[in-house]
Amino acid sequence: MCLAIPARVIELLADEEALVELGGVRKRISLALVEGVAVDDYVIVHVGYALNRLDPAEAAKTLALFAEAGLIDGAASKAAP
Amino acid sequence: MKYVDEFRDGGLARGLAAAIARAAVSGRVYRFMEFCGGHTHAIARYGLEDLLPANVQLIHGPGCPVCVLPGGRLQMAIELAERPRLILASYGDMLRVPVAGDSLLKARARGADVRMVYAVDEALALARRHPEREVVFFAIGFETTTPPTAVAIRRARAEGLGNFSVFCNHVLTPAAIAAILAAPDAAVRLDGFIGPAHVSTVIGSRPYEACAAAHAKALVIAGFEPLDVLQAVLMLVRQVNSGRAEVENEFTRAVSRDGNLRAQQLVAEVFTPRAHFEWRGLGRLAHSALAIAPQWADFDAEVRFSLSERVLCDHKACECAAVLRGQRRPQDCKVFGTACTPENPLGSCMVSSEGACAAHYSYGRFRDRTTQGESA
Ligand code: SF4
Repeated sequence: MCLAIPARVIELLADEEALVELGGVRKRISLALVEGVAVDDYVIVHVGYALNRLDPAEAAKTLALFAEAGLIDGAASKAAP
Repeated sequence: MKYVDEFRDGGLARGLAAAIARAAVSGRVYRFMEFCGGHTHAIARYGLEDLLPANVQLIHGPGCPVCVLPGGRLQMAIELAERPRLILASYGDMLRVPVAGDSLLKARARGADVRMVYAVDEALALARRHPEREVVFFAIGFETTTPPTAVAIRRARAEGLGNFSVFCNHVLTPAAIAAILAAPDAAVRLDGFIGPAHVSTVIGSRPYEACAAAHAKALVIAGFEPLDVLQAVLMLVRQVNSGRAEVENEFTRAVSRDGNLRAQQLVAEVFTPRAHFEWRGLGRLAHSALAIAPQWADFDAEVRFSLSERVLCDHKACECAAVLRGQRRPQDCKVFGTACTPENPLGSCMVSSEGACAAHYSYGRFRDRTTQGESA
């Protein structure tokens, strides 16, 4: 029940709710736990509630780290016997 | 899907796996426990163990809320559900968990009104629709499901929903990690943890710091996608190699050191720590769970229905307790895949897709390698 994927906010609704899109499916969720969410933000949704906002800059940094680990390795393994 | 597909890229996965293989010192065994069922699921689903060198081993932890709830608490829920005029609303997986030959599904077949809900708000809606009935939400889960329960209780009071209450079974992650580390053999069996993803979005990375330092174990908080898990393993291997035991955060796109303060504040307002709580596998742990605070007692089903504590033993063939402690693997259980399957679970770890046994049954059992685990 912990599995959840980031969802994009497509519309803010009354009562601290929002409409999000999750892999092509639209869903109504609660924003009661997060402040300052705007349309097009990505949020982590769990049991119908957004737990936090996703930080796009940090996501890009993490992806760059993945690529870097692979690259450093590629160079090193060529040098290795 | 954005923020999903990039974190599942096969090429990057191979690069990370190669980096892990080079970083892992041969002749040394690295043993990391993934605490969360979400990680267990990702590891099984993407076959991540096959990408790792033989001396880097992953051990399943207890972080599946359905798995750790002991039989006694489930028995209490079944007794509640069988009261006349009462509706018990529960997250779906709980319905199938077996207890002493019974389950909530069987109680429903006998006539109890048990409803499956995806969110606590659906339980609130039931209470609004059925003012003549008592509606009890069977609340389970770690720090991720607790804030929504707090919001629902506050809303019930604001709306004057006198027929809504919560049977609270919310548990705390840091206490469980501390319990695993306090086991006498933990020092030799474990080099570190892959730390919770969604739990950490709420509580932040700070609560793990004392524990990591006290037991000199590395902990890397990781997202639930396969590349997140591989990157966390790489970070753990590097920590072990350099003799560090720190809390690091791979899931920076959603986790900060302080976590979600608004959610924490709501939880602190509505809940209070229990002196102790029984966990399946881990036993009775001090300050490891929450109860509803006295000022919200009207919404506490344990108070309202004067529930008394039940303690039950697991099925005698069941190895769930040892699996949850990371001491046995699912395939070591005699009934795994025979008497115990996801269609017909004998133990709680076979119910939810995040349970170690269910994850291994669905994705891993055809790849069992006879050598796995023997290099220890
Ligand atoms: S196979 Fe079934 S009985 Fe055995 S440990 Fe797993 S869940 Fe428990």
